[in-house]
Amino acid sequence: MTWLFLPILIAAAVAAFLGGRALARRRSSGLRAHSRPGQHGALALIWTAAPALAVLLAAAVFAPGLEQQLMASGAPEAVQELEPFRRQAFYADAGAVGAGRPAAQIWPAPYAELLPAEGRRAARIDLMLSLGGWVAALLAAALGALYVFSRIRPDLRARNRVEGWIVGALFACSAVAVLTTIGIVASLVFDSTRFFASVPITEFLFGTQWSPQTAIRADQVGSTGAFGALPLFAGTFLIMLIAMTVAAPVGLFSAIYLSEYAGPAFRATVKPVLEILAGVPTVVYGFFAALTVGPAMRGFFNGVGALLAGGPLDPVGQYLMLVQNQMALVAGGVMGIMLIPFVSSLSDDIINAVPQSLRDGSYAMGATKSETVSRVLLPAALPGVAGAMLLAMSRAIGETMIVTMAAGLAARLTLNPLDTVTTVTVQIVTLLTGDQEFDSPKTLAAFGLGLTLFVVTLLLNIIAQRIVITYRQQYD
Amino acid sequence: MKFKLFRAPEGRNGGPADPTDAPRMGGQVLPAADAAAERQRDAAATPLAPAPKPAVGAGGPVGATKICARDVSVFYGDKQALYDVSLDIPDKTVTALIGPSGCGKSTFLRTMNRMNDTIPHARVTGRIEMDGEDINAKSVDPVLLRARVGMVFQKPNPFPKSIYENVAYGPRIHGLATSKGELDDIVQASLKRAGLWEEVADRLHSPGTGLSGGQQQRLVIARAIAVEPEVILMDEPCSALDPIATAKIEELIDELRERYCIVIVTHSMAQAARVSQRTAFFHLGRLVETGDTEDIFTNPRERRTLDYITGRFG
Repeated sequence: MTWLFLPILIAAAVAAFLGGRALARRRSSGLRAHSRPGQHGALALIWTAAPALAVLLAAAVFAPGLEQQLMASGAPEAVQELEPFRRQAFYADAGAVGAGRPAAQIWPAPYAELLPAEGRRAARIDLMLSLGGWVAALLAAALGALYVFSRIRPDLRARNRVEGWIVGALFACSAVAVLTTIGIVASLVFDSTRFFASVPITEFLFGTQWSPQTAIRADQVGSTGAFGALPLFAGTFLIMLIAMTVAAPVGLFSAIYLSEYAGPAFRATVKPVLEILAGVPTVVYGFFAALTVGPAMRGFFNGVGALLAGGPLDPVGQYLMLVQNQMALVAGGVMGIMLIPFVSSLSDDIINAVPQSLRDGSYAMGATKSETVSRVLLPAALPGVAGAMLLAMSRAIGETMIVTMAAGLAARLTLNPLDTVTTVTVQIVTLLTGDQEFDSPKTLAAFGLGLTLFVVTLLLNIIAQRIVITYRQQYD
Repeated sequence: MKFKLFRAPEGRNGGPADPTDAPRMGGQVLPAADAAAERQRDAAATPLAPAPKPAVGAGGPVGATKICARDVSVFYGDKQALYDVSLDIPDKTVTALIGPSGCGKSTFLRTMNRMNDTIPHARVTGRIEMDGEDINAKSVDPVLLRARVGMVFQKPNPFPKSIYENVAYGPRIHGLATSKGELDDIVQASLKRAGLWEEVADRLHSPGTGLSGGQQQRLVIARAIAVEPEVILMDEPCSALDPIATAKIEELIDELRERYCIVIVTHSMAQAARVSQRTAFFHLGRLVETGDTEDIFTNPRERRTLDYITGRFG
């Protein structure tokens, strides 16, 4: 409904601009004005639009609550006696009926009769509120315009004022980003404290049993659940380690090849391809891992196991024959492939940032290319490369889709890459999909895990930045 | 009569080997030579008269020819940067390459240790001989050549390592030292020869990038001489330094002349006059004129040389 009002507001703002400009021209004709007429017009536009927008925003924020209160205050006895969530549903249906839409559910006897009347009342309240909002917004616009038109004089510093409004708008945009992040962290911390109220933090961090599926009835097996997240941390760490074992050398060496050895034509071809690879959605890597790499690896290890079974390495063979599709090696390996373009692109930028004069200096000493790379370029680029690796690690820890599809769900405290493991992110996904009850530690555990994940990746990023800042060489 | 500015005063024909005894005019230390002083008197009388072409290496305290370039041309892609340059560079002498920006003097310098090989699409034609051996021959490994021909760049470029490691870099990659003690000796000797030892002896293991600009430039000179090169190429080594650091480097260049063949590219005519015994003037990719420094500055044969050194262009 509010959107209908916007064209009116835009028209008013344009009118204010034109009026302000004309007024400024007239009042400053023959005088040396501080600002040009257009700047006075812009100021008039801002003073007309900004108060109206603020009022509309306030109306949009507070109207639903107000509507609820108005509905509740005038509701018949029967509705008042309903359970809270049923009452909410009734008001929602009244609103729908009032707006001419069908009700969402079929109501029993007393409520079915009440619904049309309540619907009319809801429509009335709604109309009243939106009309009130519009009138208030128009009033605000008029007051703002009045104020600014009374101020337009040759010595009004309209130019500086407009500048101040622009700074304010830019600041507001950056504040939104920061405040949203703070809000997310705050909600994470709030829900985590609720979780840690039911599960001690030491048990969560150091417990070795993870089994959050609490039973519905108290007398069932596993009615309490176990929230020792150590197996999740171990699984996350193992998969991150495997991913970095793949991504770090391959990414770094391909970056060295691209920046130091490759010809311009090869570089011009491979760089964009790598960048495309970085844009492949992780879910695609996920089903590549789950449907292609996983079965292939299982086939390979089962085959090796079959060869070894019965021989001197019989236990190893027996174990290998039972390896499953889901294993840390598959998830970690595919995640490593996903990270190669990330590592390579970052390292490439960092190696290219090493001044050419260092290369020249080394070549002029009679060093070969590889000597120059290993003794001059890499030491010079090391802080940056270390930062890139830490960023890649933090991505590996936070990566969700590949592990969800390829790592499995068994929370096992192991460092065996052939085992099925699970990670923090996978558990958050399983805890928060499907039915949720926010009064049980089972669902709240997701927030504990999320907070832990957040803290770890935050620390990694801070360390990465510190390394880069502390060891950055002063080249210029 | 501009050339009187560069003329050595009567009775002060001190040897150029001793810079402190060199004639000073206008605050500049001028190199002087017996023969040069003779010619200068002639030059003062007839400044623009064509002087007899001096034989290569003749006049001044110059050694035997170390590098002999014949018809050297350099192309960057389709663009020709250097046209048929033929120049003899004597040993145990400072040869200055002067000329306006973009005239090819740095390009020519880089042909002598084949640094142009590291630039894609760069092509060098002609013949450059060092001690009679063609350095562009297939049999010559540019990596080993560069160990014999050291280079110092315009901007000090110490590696992001300690002072010690910077100097030890060359000896390490070329395996010049078999023990730690030997390496220590090389580092110490090189730093001493570069005149830096006194200033850094107590902080050999602090980063080389923490030194001042002038110290960094002496550090990279120490790094270059640590591999015992025969030739040192310097590409505007003082252009990023203040006058005091410049004076130190120039003093150092004069000392190093006793052991090495030095080729220096410079934009400063005064510097060329102060430190070099031979000067070559480049313009638009061509070698215009070459000769003893005194001759070039007092009695240039070419109009363009005269215009350049008197500041009429460039």
